[in-house]
Amino acid sequence: MRVQIIVRLKSGVLDVQGKAVERAIESLDLLEVSSVRVGKVIELEVPGETLSAVEGELEKICSQLLSNPIIEDYEIRKA
Amino acid sequence: MEVRVVVFPGTNCDQDVVHLYRKLKRFSVETVWHRDSELGGSPDLVIIPGGFSYGDYLRAGALSRVSPIMGEVKRFAEKGGRVIGICNGFQILCDCGLLPGALLQNIGMRFLSRFVSVRVESNLSPMTEGIEVGTVIRCPIAHFEGNYFIAPEDLESLEENNQVIFRYCSPEGTVNAADLDSNPNGSINAIAGVCNKNRNIVGLMPHPERSVEKLVGAEGAESGFKLF
Repeated sequence: MRVQIIVRLKSGVLDVQGKAVERAIESLDLLEVSSVRVGKVIELEVPGETLSAVEGELEKICSQLLSNPIIEDYEIRKA
Repeated sequence: MEVRVVVFPGTNCDQDVVHLYRKLKRFSVETVWHRDSELGGSPDLVIIPGGFSYGDYLRAGALSRVSPIMGEVKRFAEKGGRVIGICNGFQILCDCGLLPGALLQNIGMRFLSRFVSVRVESNLSPMTEGIEVGTVIRCPIAHFEGNYFIAPEDLESLEENNQVIFRYCSPEGTVNAADLDSNPNGSINAIAGVCNKNRNIVGLMPHPERSVEKLVGAEGAESGFKLF
């Protein structure tokens, strides 16, 4: 099963990259956008076909390595 | 005094530290490779130097936590051993939880390579013992992720426990976190370096080890030498 992990800065943490991207989008003169946040997507192949069977260990992978819990949140979903 | 300098793939300030301890202080210094599982001998001090360990992949300092040597560094620190992390070494120590807080991208979204002034805020740390509080040190910074962050409630306890060891300041020693000239990366409370609760681990973003000799130090200012 292919799993997607999305790592984002927590909502209270200033995302300077998001701010810069927001300004760049503004300069395109298209849709008016706001609150741009930049994150990371990490995709991986895991054994089995159900998330629930591997969720516990995926949580550990996410909290111990893929994200820094002080500044980031993560979300695990089936790709 | 026996010193160990930890080297990861991508570390690039190890030889500055080796030079400083071996040539200028005449201490016994050995480098330790990240895949080593022992620090060797009986070190008094472990340095995690600056650089771009693992190419800063994933997050600055993130991948180094799985290096075998970090388990040893943790055990050494838990027994009260003195550990100093400089720049990427500071990021590594924060990311693996040995120091509080985290380093975000600089507020101006630019890599910063310039001299800064830092004020010693506490002399209860492995780097500042015997130094008068308020002493201003001039040394370079060279980083993209140096914007110190800690959750508000943890910031309070950090300040209460006097764990802030260095703050960015003006050359005269004035701290103003909103002034991006003296606090160029936007660090919260202008924090440039902190220690753990037990005060045996200290980390900072600036590079005092690059400011220990006249040739490359900051003219007319206190050099970084006294921090080692």
